[in-house]
Amino acid sequence: MATTPTEYPGQDASQPLAERIREAARERTPLRIVGGDTRAFYGRQVQGRPVESETLSTAEHRGITFYDPVELVVSVRAGTPLTELEAALAEHGQMLGFEPPRFGEAGTVGGMIATGLSGPRRPWAGAVRDFVLGIRLINHEGIEQRFGGQVMKNVAGYDLSRLMVGAQGTLGVISEVSLKVVPRPLTTHSLHLDLPLAEARRRLAEWGREPLPISAAAWLDGALHLRLEGGPSSVAATRERIGGDDLDNAFWPALRDHRLDFFTREGARPLWRLSLPHRAPDLGLAEIDDTAMLHDWAGAQRWLRADVDAEALRRACREAGGHATCYGPCPAGIEPFTPLPAALAKYHRNLKAELDPHGIFNPGRLYADL
Amino acid sequence: MNILYDARLDGELPRRDPAEVRADLARHLPDMTLLDREEDMRPFECDGLSVYRALPMLVALPDTLDQVRTLLARCHALGVPVVTRGAGTGLSAGALPLEQGVLLVLSRFARILEIDPEARTARVEPGVRNLAISEAAAPYGLYYAPDPSSQIACSIGGNVAENAGGVHCLKYGLTVHNVIKAEVLTIEGESLTLGSDALDAPGFDLLALFTGSEGMLGVVTEITVKLLPQPETAKVLMASFDDVEKAGLAVGDIIEAGIIPGGLEMMDKLAIQAAEDFVKAGYPVGAEAILLCELDGVEADVDDDCARVRRVLEAAGATEVRQARDEAERALFWAGRKNAFPAVGRMSPDYYCMDGTIPRRALPRVLTGIAELSERYGLRVANVFHAGDGNMHPLILFDANQPGELDVAEALGGEILELCVAVGGTITGEHGVGREKINQMCAQFRPDELATFRAAKAAFDPTELLNPGKNIPTPARCSEFKTIKQAADAPALTANPHG
Repeated sequence: MATTPTEYPGQDASQPLAERIREAARERTPLRIVGGDTRAFYGRQVQGRPVESETLSTAEHRGITFYDPVELVVSVRAGTPLTELEAALAEHGQMLGFEPPRFGEAGTVGGMIATGLSGPRRPWAGAVRDFVLGIRLINHEGIEQRFGGQVMKNVAGYDLSRLMVGAQGTLGVISEVSLKVVPRPLTTHSLHLDLPLAEARRRLAEWGREPLPISAAAWLDGALHLRLEGGPSSVAATRERIGGDDLDNAFWPALRDHRLDFFTREGARPLWRLSLPHRAPDLGLAEIDDTAMLHDWAGAQRWLRADVDAEALRRACREAGGHATCYGPCPAGIEPFTPLPAALAKYHRNLKAELDPHGIFNPGRLYADL
Repeated sequence: MNILYDARLDGELPRRDPAEVRADLARHLPDMTLLDREEDMRPFECDGLSVYRALPMLVALPDTLDQVRTLLARCHALGVPVVTRGAGTGLSAGALPLEQGVLLVLSRFARILEIDPEARTARVEPGVRNLAISEAAAPYGLYYAPDPSSQIACSIGGNVAENAGGVHCLKYGLTVHNVIKAEVLTIEGESLTLGSDALDAPGFDLLALFTGSEGMLGVVTEITVKLLPQPETAKVLMASFDDVEKAGLAVGDIIEAGIIPGGLEMMDKLAIQAAEDFVKAGYPVGAEAILLCELDGVEADVDDDCARVRRVLEAAGATEVRQARDEAERALFWAGRKNAFPAVGRMSPDYYCMDGTIPRRALPRVLTGIAELSERYGLRVANVFHAGDGNMHPLILFDANQPGELDVAEALGGEILELCVAVGGTITGEHGVGREKINQMCAQFRPDELATFRAAKAAFDPTELLNPGKNIPTPARCSEFKTIKQAADAPALTANPHG
């Protein structure tokens, strides 16, 4: 019964990538690393000082190199479109548990890892980094190295695989990643409950302490949107208990990919992502009203569309135990990512200097000095 | 290759006069307990891997964070290595002291600082025992998921240092998936907050980097863990097989059916026999292998899943499938598994526990390989296997009082780990590299990859004072290991390639 892993189309372009990196290291040329270039909006511009940066595309390095549904493991090259990976998993009734957002058909697996963004299921299933088992990384000498592996448990050496998640490509070029995959739920049902925010939060706190099959919870426009996933029996029982109206399951991919009206409506006001403890109170900033907010992740990820004082917003988020990211369009002079405390920033610089001594990998993409 | 620190292979350590170091620390830390008499330090000479022992220069038992900070800063200034220790239950000699170093014992940091049922988190000091967290969370219907077999004794700080696992990892993850925030001190005594009370933090994921770093990047002083709602119910099925391979394939069949069990464990004949003699769990002693499959969640779903798993197991050739009738029998089924190590310990004066992880599809090949190695080296091996996640714990039975038998056990263990690497697995799933598997790191990683690990270390501890000699081997050690392997592999294998 052990399935023979299917062969998937693709091509290995790791050699040309490594050669470009060696050349960049020799010439000290900063590289702007891209896959499908669909997430360029997220983060700072790559700095090209003193030499103009060059674009290094991983898009040619693509294809699933290993997939065994029985092992719950897939290994995939960085340039593989995310849609292609998810389609291959779906054929075997499996999926990426962290529900990564797509910002266009061209988005790649490498970009998914480098940005580390997760979708609506994140509080219940885990984030991108929780599903990373291993990584292949082309280092500053143009050598492809392997860390972690294709097994669920592996504590040999430091966890450099997870370190790359969300590092915005500043520590090396991700060439391949191995991920844990999960079975698709047997049943999915979505609900819509008209509830004021305070009441929605009260109920979510109560449900959170029980083993209910909730896999997404978002509040916007005066209503709590819930997704139930699991066995048919528990989903039916929970639906009965919670009540509310049925909601199209398509709501969740639209929320995930920022296709809801909240994200697309006209107006150049910046979009902020607030990452907070789920029970954190309202921030109490004067400029913010409920219509400007979308509470996803049961309150742990809040989207804000407003012209706000970035400093004040960040201070409020820090005091609440979280942080704020300017998702764009980011006003001039505003850092996309929350600046780090001095001691932590120092160790970030140390790590960058050790792993990218020539400063060629996406310099400035995460912070000005990384 | 001696397992104790070897300056020739592991690098020269700074040599400081113990009396001067003691005087300096006593001056800066007058209120801190500092042990330097041999009889006081004896209890700290090893961790759970007790065949490797070394007395430290000094044992420090701080009570306050300020003391830890000052101790680190002084050791940094003096150039004295620091080995951090929690409960000392580790199985890879990760907390093995250094003769030229201070052993920093965090057992007095044993307070649960906060259980927040609303946030579903617990904030604890590093010396808190793993099980104590779940006990404190139980009144709120919550628990801490990772459950290493040593959970009664092991500390959460040690769990973070080793990225400890347990029997529920396939569904609930390792320590790294269940820790959200850590306060750490660097060797220079600087405070860093890694992670956050939110679901992510800005910057690099240093929390992941520190988890499993074996105390080599910093000292963890406070940990916030995620708590989960206790499952409404948990039920366990025990399936007997007349063939180990059939049991291994049945594991894949369960996963392929789209079921992720809370726990999925396998034991072979020798382990079944040992556990049954010890615990009287009702295991089928005639079977070649058993699978324990625990399904947890909402009652209605669990009942559906039990019926599905039973069908899968029967179709896979199980000779018998039993479901624990009640909570007492469920606990008994697990008691056999959780006590498998001491049970095997009763069959033999000593045993040596391995920790490789393999892709499950390689199980038949690896079990055959282990049986062959067992025969060739003349030592019995019992197999206990976290089948769901591929983490194997072969237990090598030996007698340390027989001259040379420990060496044979080590050599056999080394070959088992190399076999795990050869089939695409790893030398350690959850116990850590520590000192024990330092040589096998040379088999799993290339020299340039090990250099990248050392670069990451240098970002936090450039003078290599935190737990030197553990986890990442030096190039000198790897070239020696390679030379010895080549010499051993050239002629027919002898019983003791380390000879």
